[in-house]
Amino acid sequence: MLDITLGQYYPGNSFIHRLDPRTKILSTLLLIIAVFLANTAVGYAALCAMVLFIILISGLPFMLVLKSVKPLLFIIVLTLVLHVVMGQGEHVLYQWKFIRVTEEGLRLGVQMAMRLILLLMISSILTFTTSPIVLTDGIEALLSPFRVIGVPAHELAMMMTIALRFIPTLMEETDRIIKAQTARGADFSGGNLLVRAKNMLPILVPLFISAFRRADDLAVAMEARCYRGGEGRTRMHQLAYRSGDVMAFVFAFAMIGLLAFLRWGPKLV
Amino acid sequence: MSIKLEHVSYVYMPGTPYEKEALKDVSLEINKGEFVAVIGHTGSGKSTLVQNLNGLLRPSKGTASLDGTDLSGKTKEAKQARGRIGMVFQYPEHQLFAETVYEDIAFGPRNLGLNNDETDARVKEAMKFVGLDFETYAQRSPFSLSGGQMRRVAIAGVVAMNPDYLILDEPSAGLDPGSRRAVFAEIMTLYKKRGIAIIMVTHSMEDAAKYAKRLLVINKGQIILDGRPGEIFLKEKNRLLEVGMDVPEVYKLADALRAKGLRLPHEITDAKLLLAEVKRRKGLK
Repeated sequence: MLDITLGQYYPGNSFIHRLDPRTKILSTLLLIIAVFLANTAVGYAALCAMVLFIILISGLPFMLVLKSVKPLLFIIVLTLVLHVVMGQGEHVLYQWKFIRVTEEGLRLGVQMAMRLILLLMISSILTFTTSPIVLTDGIEALLSPFRVIGVPAHELAMMMTIALRFIPTLMEETDRIIKAQTARGADFSGGNLLVRAKNMLPILVPLFISAFRRADDLAVAMEARCYRGGEGRTRMHQLAYRSGDVMAFVFAFAMIGLLAFLRWGPKLV
Repeated sequence: MSIKLEHVSYVYMPGTPYEKEALKDVSLEINKGEFVAVIGHTGSGKSTLVQNLNGLLRPSKGTASLDGTDLSGKTKEAKQARGRIGMVFQYPEHQLFAETVYEDIAFGPRNLGLNNDETDARVKEAMKFVGLDFETYAQRSPFSLSGGQMRRVAIAGVVAMNPDYLILDEPSAGLDPGSRRAVFAEIMTLYKKRGIAIIMVTHSMEDAAKYAKRLLVINKGQIILDGRPGEIFLKEKNRLLEVGMDVPEVYKLADALRAKGLRLPHEITDAKLLLAEVKRRKGLK
């Protein structure tokens, strides 16, 4: 149970780890745009090389990043299979009754699967190298210009920070409650859906009670320290762009440029 | 009849940067009818140890067994064996969930597969045992009770399963002195009258000295001392201080009196004994 590392932050001190969170969030968005621009084999090869390069300088174990694909593996495989067997187009490679494998279908399927894998890997590099708290700081800073149109940037960030802060606590609590009820012979595996839902009650009731108690305590503790919302608050960690951030932006824009060129530019081959 | 740990190691989150070895090659046997206190500073591995003792955690290496039955197994015998080892967690009142005190205490016995009559008898017995009047409390919501009463309901919920071994993690944490005494009186009855083996994790050297017959001192995932509390507090004072533990105040006082030339027997486990001994030596009444 405690093995679930939420936010999956992988501590380190690499170039990527040290980047400003705003840079990382924006670059991730830029690189995602780059992924959607790709439509040639060369483009995908460039993207793969780029992801490998980022993983290399981030010091993350390659397998760790690859594992982030796992939760969506089913969807990726399904996408691939559907595109392959439902292929449209003229160049039929194989046909058996209604199953029709075409070159175009195969191409499209592989492209879709590649896209999903790259998207997952890129976004997980962001969460692997940025601790959730720093990430929230980044989101708050990026959202704050929108305060003029009524986006409660600080409140959203505070909510996220608190939620992130309490997820491990609540997980621990859940773990403890599960153990306590297991020690009393509770069984959470058997039975149909209704029985199982009922079996969850001995976990959910204490968990909710404890969550409310904690929320109450936290509210009192925050008020006791004169918290009144975001107006005029200073922060302990000031965000600041450094030369590395400029390099990251240049790199991200260069990727977009390259992919755009490969898509719309004159055909080289 | 014993719980046995053989070369047990336990690693939290193996294969991640947060990997932590909480137990290192621990071997231990706890016999039926013992009263064992487990002490050690925060993070020493006490909680991990006791959770390995009743099959809640599965040893990363080594085996945990009760009378030869592996506790981490999935067989029916393993499940039954786990049922014979009760566990009262820290702040057990945080695990109450049912609408009535009765239903909460009946949860364990029902899970054991007892019928309504047997369950009823167990609940009544357990409530009587922890000093909660059946007529008054059985139909009340556990959440309407005081902290001390809630803890007693939670303990009753474990006692109602009739365990042979009872593990208690800090049973008196956060209780007022009155409730503390009541909880310990109940534990002593379980130990003395029912012959249930008690394994108690505690931060209080006083409680360990006063109640336990055997003391385990844990440091960095290993059992560094194992013996009678009197002996350990007397002879291993420096070792205890080294690992952030202490000896009970009464031992310190007895030591100071000995330094002043008063001859005292070795094992003074509480203030009453000390007072009686001093009076006897000085010929006072």
